[in-house]
Amino acid sequence: MTAPARRAFGYWAVRYQAVWRAGLVAGVVGPTIFLAVMGLGLGTLVDDQASSTSSLAGVSYLDFIAPGLLAATTLMTATGDATWPVMTAMKWAKTYQAQLASPLGVDAVLGGHLLFMAARLAATSAIFLAVMALFGAVNTPLALLAVPAAVLTGMAFAPAIAAFSALQDRDLGLILWYRFGATPLFLFSGAFFPLSQLPIGLEVLAWVLPLAHGVALCRGLSLGTLALVPALVHVVYLALWGVAGVAAARASFTRRLVR
Amino acid sequence: MIVLSALGSRRAGRVIERNYRFYRRQWLMFASGLLEPVFYLGTVSLGISQLVGDVEGPGGEPLSYVAFVTPALLAVSAMNGAIFDATFAFFFKLNFQKTYDAMLATPVDPADIALGEIAWAQLRSGIYGLGFMVVMVAVGAVLSPWALLAWPASILIGFAFGAVGIALTSFMRTWQDLEYVSLALQPMFLCSTTFFPLSTFPRPLQLLVECTPLYHGVALIRGLTTGVVGLETLGHAGYLLVLGVGGLAVASVRLQRLMVR
Repeated sequence: MTAPARRAFGYWAVRYQAVWRAGLVAGVVGPTIFLAVMGLGLGTLVDDQASSTSSLAGVSYLDFIAPGLLAATTLMTATGDATWPVMTAMKWAKTYQAQLASPLGVDAVLGGHLLFMAARLAATSAIFLAVMALFGAVNTPLALLAVPAAVLTGMAFAPAIAAFSALQDRDLGLILWYRFGATPLFLFSGAFFPLSQLPIGLEVLAWVLPLAHGVALCRGLSLGTLALVPALVHVVYLALWGVAGVAAARASFTRRLVR
Repeated sequence: MIVLSALGSRRAGRVIERNYRFYRRQWLMFASGLLEPVFYLGTVSLGISQLVGDVEGPGGEPLSYVAFVTPALLAVSAMNGAIFDATFAFFFKLNFQKTYDAMLATPVDPADIALGEIAWAQLRSGIYGLGFMVVMVAVGAVLSPWALLAWPASILIGFAFGAVGIALTSFMRTWQDLEYVSLALQPMFLCSTTFFPLSTFPRPLQLLVECTPLYHGVALIRGLTTGVVGLETLGHAGYLLVLGVGGLAVASVRLQRLMVR
């Protein structure tokens, strides 16, 4: 991490100090409700159905869905942090412009904000894993690696979303991303059911989009069933999206900030 | 309707017209609100339904999972239709955009505004409800002719949520207070027997769920689409009606107090 980016990161971190308690409560309450309702409630119905055991490779629905939700939630966290905050800093509050008036350059401004998003992802994912453990959905120490895997998943999206948000002049685009992008991705990422149940076209589409790889990675780590080669494929694919997203974000930040 | 018009006048129509004119330029945002429950339905019908067998229906008879969840999502759709305008948008118009201050400079009075905004929320619920009814027929979740009444039922849900939403929002002071709305809606969406029957919950939680308005909306519509209609149906509708009328009364009084100083 370069020193200037650390400065820009510091800005976001200091601001977050005012609201971190609310973030902590939301970070605990959200996963708890979701795991209780979907894992235990819906899980009762799924586990009662004999044929589901083979569809889920013998694991309980709670064990199946918990790591999936861990990964899928990072998409929502990334969406929350890389949409309105970026647009606000670019257009309304002009935070980025203010930072550029200091010795910081565009790379530091962008890098600092992305770093903050990564830190938020790390915190929310660690909390999520702790809640999972309370539900008894963590069965192997390997599951600890699901936290960095979840951060990687979130960072496959965050820079690309930031690149998009930075260019918007109205927040309609952000609303549309949330409704037509994030929501269906969240639902069809393999978090809730095995992707092999989908019609082949949709299944292929799901694997092209990065979230399915994050779900598979976190699930494999949490269940301790991950083989090395698929793991590497998932990691490399997610990292590629992240790198491409950073390039896109650099381009759109430069376009908006440097005239 | 007689009760409603007694509380305001026909000038409430102007408030509705204002919203209509506003959303005419935001139609994409308006239409996109309908899609969220459709995506959830897609997940259920393509994915989860294959993991879940038949579920206990309203009359105790087994019901396919899609036929179980779809009517619940109609209720959710109606709730979503009402809630945004009744809470976030209402708060913005009341405190920041000062839309109502402008309206009060005309013959429109606070009761007209309360009535107009609630009627608008109902209208939006009705549009979302109708859209989702089409989806419901398409996935084969309509099992009884009573299902025709699911549309007016979705408008009733819109009325209850619109009225209560505006009544509660009138007490809120900051945007942070509005976080309570999201905080209440998310668990309600997941727990109002939307995805699994009431019997799955432990008894104390069952009692809690039975108090929430969305539960009654879901139970009302699920009863209609599956043809299990009886005294409970009236009970669910009555609960929503009482809630709505109570919300409307509170909203009218509050708006009078907030705006006419």
